[in-house]
Amino acid sequence: MKVLVPVKRVIDYNVKVRVKADGSGVDLANVKMSMNPFDEIAVEEAIRLKEKGIATEIVVVSIGVKQAQETLRTALAMGADRAILIEAAADVHTDIEPLAVAKLLAGVVKEEGPGLVLCGKQAIDNDMNATGQMLSALLGWSQATFASELAVSGDAATVTREVDGGLQTITVKMPAIVTVDLRLNEPRYASLPNIMKAKAKPLATKTPADYGVDVAPRLSVVKTVEPAGRKAGVKVSSIEELIAKLKDEAGVI
Amino acid sequence: MIRDAEILGGLVETVRRFVRERLVPAEALVEETNAIPPAIIDEMRALGLFGLSIPEAYGGLGLTMEEEVMVALELGYTSAAFRSVIGTNNGIGSQGIIVDGTEAQKAHWLPRMASGEVIGSFALTEPDVGSDAGSVRTTARREGDHYILNGTKRYITNAPVADVFTLMARTGEAGPGGVTAFLVAADSPGLSLGPPDRKMGQRGTKTCDVILRECRVPADAVIGGVEGQGFKTAMKVLNRGRLHIAAVCVGQAQRLCDEAVGFARSRVQFGKPIAEHQLVQAMLADCATETYAGLCMVTDAARRFDAGERIVQQAASCKLFCSEMAGRVADRALQVHGGAGYMQDYPVEHFYRDVRLFRLYEGTSQIQQIIIAREMCAQR
Ligand SMILES: Cc1cc2nc3c(=O)[nH]c(=O)nc-3n(C[C@H](O)[C@H](O)[C@H](O)COP(=O)(O)OP(=O)(O)OC[C@H]3O[C@@H](n4cnc5c(N)ncnc54)[C@H](O)[C@@H]3O)c2cc1C
Ligand SMILES: Cc1cc2nc3c(=O)[nH]c(=O)nc-3n(C[C@H](O)[C@H](O)[C@H](O)COP(=O)(O)OP(=O)(O)OC[C@H]3O[C@@H](n4cnc5c(N)ncnc54)[C@H](O)[C@@H]3O)c2cc1C
Repeated sequence: MKVLVPVKRVIDYNVKVRVKADGSGVDLANVKMSMNPFDEIAVEEAIRLKEKGIATEIVVVSIGVKQAQETLRTALAMGADRAILIEAAADVHTDIEPLAVAKLLAGVVKEEGPGLVLCGKQAIDNDMNATGQMLSALLGWSQATFASELAVSGDAATVTREVDGGLQTITVKMPAIVTVDLRLNEPRYASLPNIMKAKAKPLATKTPADYGVDVAPRLSVVKTVEPAGRKAGVKVSSIEELIAKLKDEAGVI
Repeated sequence: MIRDAEILGGLVETVRRFVRERLVPAEALVEETNAIPPAIIDEMRALGLFGLSIPEAYGGLGLTMEEEVMVALELGYTSAAFRSVIGTNNGIGSQGIIVDGTEAQKAHWLPRMASGEVIGSFALTEPDVGSDAGSVRTTARREGDHYILNGTKRYITNAPVADVFTLMARTGEAGPGGVTAFLVAADSPGLSLGPPDRKMGQRGTKTCDVILRECRVPADAVIGGVEGQGFKTAMKVLNRGRLHIAAVCVGQAQRLCDEAVGFARSRVQFGKPIAEHQLVQAMLADCATETYAGLCMVTDAARRFDAGERIVQQAASCKLFCSEMAGRVADRALQVHGGAGYMQDYPVEHFYRDVRLFRLYEGTSQIQQIIIAREMCAQR
């Protein structure tokens, strides 16, 4: 079975995000970028499926600027077999919206014919949490979101989902879209020898036109603001006072 | 020389992440237990860190000197004990085989050193032989198709975990020309280890004596198969290692700068963060400037090395300056911390002790000065 894993290049999770002066978005000039952490988990899961003999080939796809190549190389170094870059933007500040991404991915799926698409549940930049779901709708495939456990056997996948207040286990028919959550696995570091070998793995470059998709934005950003600064705390003099404040002021107990 | 900037970028970034996500958080535990957790050593193996400088043909990464320096800068950012785990396999414990070994010796040892399955160690120093490395007293006498070794080697890094030693012993006349380099397996009959040394710093690193009593090794254990080449081999090994150590010192200095800045920005005295007091700023500025100087030196020397230039003098200058510089930076970084810097709750306390070693081993500062002056005068 072929597994397709879309990976997004996002601002590194360690970077302190700064809003652009004109409020049009986040400043990404000369900022460290990395693979979206949820996508890293998806890549890791695909590699584990391959190690178990369930997956036979792992294809990674990235949609965005040319520099997303680095993100794809990281995935190849971790253990993916082949990469596709869909160059859809020239400016690092251009974010391709989930629907356009889902349409492009649907095009890739038609071309590649994977048995499973493993996506991150969301990208940590815009937190849309939509691409996997939209892709499933476009393809008419089963979907299982927020996976914390995944077992594939025959033409079905059993997925444990992290839902509000607990876990839910469902079985979906393959082919399927599974979006992965934080606790599914702990991604490996690509080994240094594999990083050196990754450059020799195939990386194809495509454009949205190849799939007949218009990536022009449908949404417009009205305003981007920094979170409000933290207010100073208060000191309490006794446990009684603490409990009273938690009850009456904070309303948490 | 950087062969491919994109690949090296990915490599350095991965090492940096590993250092910051896995090693830095384990520093306090290593200090407390005087040991590196085995799980971390396994991760270092999986990452491929044992084979940085071993040629690709033998399963290593075959990094150029400049590339190795860039990785060493990253590894130097955390407790030096972690680097020491892989230090001998990438340096003094493997380089003898790489530069002068026979094809059979390379094929036998290097692939397993690159994977970290085998630990190589380097045994030159003795109780009565330190800086005067050509005066080795350990003896090796030929008996049929074996050599019989007798003597004691001192302060041998990774000896307690080593599988094989690159070991210098005298087969001939007095002086450097009578020294031969042997590959001595740790399980050779007649080889035993002393108790672990109780060191000032770099807790988690392992050193001890290696004692040879009528120790039998096969005749093909001579590196390169030729007697009397041992001193030359040792000097070649130490020459390359100097740039690696210098880069580690710069990494340590960079970390100390960051620790000092972090403390200075948050510590308030006289109504403002001490980072705003000019005398503290002077200490920070001197730390950063010297660290940058070290970075430039070691990068330049590494490029020259890769270009095939003779860099004996530059390598000695790098080792001398960067190790002494790391000492000064550690002293200032500790000073910036005030009384806190003297307490084990802050990393600077052990970094201050750790960096002291770099001025001593693989040639003391005085020996580097001797080499530099000798090269200067010879060139006239
Ligand atoms: C933690 C640790 C790990 C080590 N690991 C290894 C290892 O793995 N393998 C190994 O073989 N060795 C190892 N060593 C030994 C190390 O290389 C020696 O300690 C070092 O070379 C200095 O030798 P020495 O200690 O005998 O000092 P000495 O040579 O006795 O020097 C004492 C002092 O005299 C100075 N001095 C000596 N000769 C001269 C001169 N001609 N002119 C001016 N000054 C001079 C020195 O600079 C020094 O200040 C290690 C040492 C330590 C502390
Ligand atoms: C082992 C030990 C024993 C001690 N015993 C005692 C004791 O018995 N009794 C007691 O009362 N205290 C004791 N102390 C505390 C000691 O006196 C203080 O640590 C010392 O005065 C420095 O204060 P600090 O640690 O708060 O550093 P800080 O005052 O925070 O200083 C941090 C750094 O900022 C610098 N700095 C601060 N202000 C300025 C400025 N305006 N301009 C330029 N630079 C500045 C300092 O020189 C230092 O480099 C002890 C400390 C230690 C480590």
